[in-house]
Amino acid sequence: MLKLEKRPQPSRTLAYLTPVFAVVITMIAGGLLFAALGKNPVEAIRTIFWDPLFGEFAFYYRPQLLVKGGPLILIAIGLSLGFRAGIWNIGAEGQYIMGAIFGAAMGLAFYPTEAWYIFPLMIIAGAFGGWLWAMVPALLKVKFGTNEILVSLMLVYVAEQLLASMSLGLLKNPEGHGFPGSRNLKDYPAAFNDELITGTGMHGGVLTAFLAVIFAYILLNRHMLGFSIRLTGEAPRAARFAGVKPNRLIVFCLGMSGLLAGLAGMFEVSGPSGQVSIDFNTGYGFTAIIVAFLGRLHPIGILLAGLLMALTYIGGEIAQGNLGLPAAAIQLFQGMLLFFLLAVDLLTNYKIRISKRKVAK
Amino acid sequence: MNLSAIDPALLLASLMVAATPILIAAIGELVAERAGVLNLGVEGMMITGAIVGFAVTVETGSPAIGFLAAAAGGALLSFLFALLTQFALANQVASGLALTLFGLGLSALMGQNYVGIKPPRTESLNIPLLSDLPFFGTVVFSHDLMVYFGIALVAATWTVLKYSRIGLVLRAVGENHDAAHALGYKVVRIRIAAIMFGGACAGLGGAYISLVRVPQWTEGMTAGAGWIALALVVFASWKPWRVLLGAWIFGGVSVLQLNLQAAGLAIPAEYLSMSPYLITILVLVIMSADRSRAPASLGRIFHASG
Repeated sequence: MLKLEKRPQPSRTLAYLTPVFAVVITMIAGGLLFAALGKNPVEAIRTIFWDPLFGEFAFYYRPQLLVKGGPLILIAIGLSLGFRAGIWNIGAEGQYIMGAIFGAAMGLAFYPTEAWYIFPLMIIAGAFGGWLWAMVPALLKVKFGTNEILVSLMLVYVAEQLLASMSLGLLKNPEGHGFPGSRNLKDYPAAFNDELITGTGMHGGVLTAFLAVIFAYILLNRHMLGFSIRLTGEAPRAARFAGVKPNRLIVFCLGMSGLLAGLAGMFEVSGPSGQVSIDFNTGYGFTAIIVAFLGRLHPIGILLAGLLMALTYIGGEIAQGNLGLPAAAIQLFQGMLLFFLLAVDLLTNYKIRISKRKVAK
Repeated sequence: MNLSAIDPALLLASLMVAATPILIAAIGELVAERAGVLNLGVEGMMITGAIVGFAVTVETGSPAIGFLAAAAGGALLSFLFALLTQFALANQVASGLALTLFGLGLSALMGQNYVGIKPPRTESLNIPLLSDLPFFGTVVFSHDLMVYFGIALVAATWTVLKYSRIGLVLRAVGENHDAAHALGYKVVRIRIAAIMFGGACAGLGGAYISLVRVPQWTEGMTAGAGWIALALVVFASWKPWRVLLGAWIFGGVSVLQLNLQAAGLAIPAEYLSMSPYLITILVLVIMSADRSRAPASLGRIFHASG
């Protein structure tokens, strides 16, 4: 009979190893899934994980790794702060959309002026949009004790409707021949978030993501606020005795994650995507939840997890084209990853012992 | 704008239909939460139920078998959540989110070949005298069986929770799992049963959307219904009859906004489409003043040591 025994302290070695286990198990289960869909599992896994990096067209796909990884990392870093303290912002998708709308609107308001200050203003607007959208669940939780999970999620649907309204109405391209969607910011140099180094995929958003990783690392390891966040997550009672103000943490964590998600949206709309359109958002806000957990809510871990998840996106697209693997299979694959991660996490906190069933005397 | 085009009898009748999926899913979640389990995977289980029910109905031609399959599919998916939270002792919030993400992917994969198909019709009741009544005939007596099933489910859940031994044990597990364990109740088994009941209900609710409410299959078609069901449980302060009331209010709002869109109200359609979500938030704010009703062990991990 298997028996669980709680470890006095979570195993550190296993804490690093479990994400790797989870990825391996997901590859095996994913291989079975692909086999069930009638594809060669080895070829499918190779196409997803190997080809984008070392395959024939790797020169094209490698920059994509940063383009896709950037927003994931940026959003996940913000989410991880709250998740550590038990504050669940799962509406990052909505904050990402709002960041894009605010950022693009700021840029388009200046069209066709060419000036150096337009792009910085867009960055501020984007961050503000995301922050604003996250302040709704934050303030409602602080003032009324409303559940932030449900409120932040409801706001995703509201943001999606707002996005549709914007691309059909207020921000619609006046020279777009009636097609929905805003002007393309790629044709507007002052507002275009171009690659910083040509051919690398490294745009402003990716740089910001890397800065966020460093910032989060310092915050969590070297700053009192970071300590309060960790303490609240690990020992809420102790945190209260230590004088941590839960309300301030809620406002900070939700605000920060909204701000970073808003930045991600702004850099996406002004760069890789180029315009506000109905199908602008592609679920980065939700995938970032997986990234945050896969990275163990640790900044460096999130950096690696974000790149890995970006790989599955790119590899998934290749597999879609070359092998006819459905897009949904990749989505399922990403979902499975989180499942297995949570399951193997058991090993970090508990020992599994095999014991004989004893009879009470 | 032409408000006279909105017929109150038809409006109320479609309110009953619109309320049914979230009602059934919310009752399932209510039972799980009364047992102390917070399952945020309702959206994932609903969408899985929607495609399973749809696919089985299209293949067999029988909505009844489709609904049964949807319930089984939802329960099966929720069993994954049960494994994670009850055996692997994983965080319930994270596991629920995982279930939703997984369910959305799974349903999209399963539904690829079912886009654009019309399912066989789910027959409405036609009771000789009652269905012909002027107003009530349309509003109350001419729906399909699932509408009545939803209401019966509320009554049954209320009775079982309030008056039966099983209900008492379930509530004990939800209020204080350590005490329940000390009394010899099987906390884990009871919770798994409650989770799977919740999964089956969510599956049924999802299938109702794809088979009756819409009726067709599109990716992500539940569009937050599962999350609204979760909010409904909070709104209802974990009481079955208030879930019914809440479901009718939400059903009413979503039907009314659709009717207003059709009637050509001056407000753009996108803003009207936001209304169910905004009203959910509003209601959550009003209801969250009263926190005393939440089961005391809700969301806490149980591990019998020693």
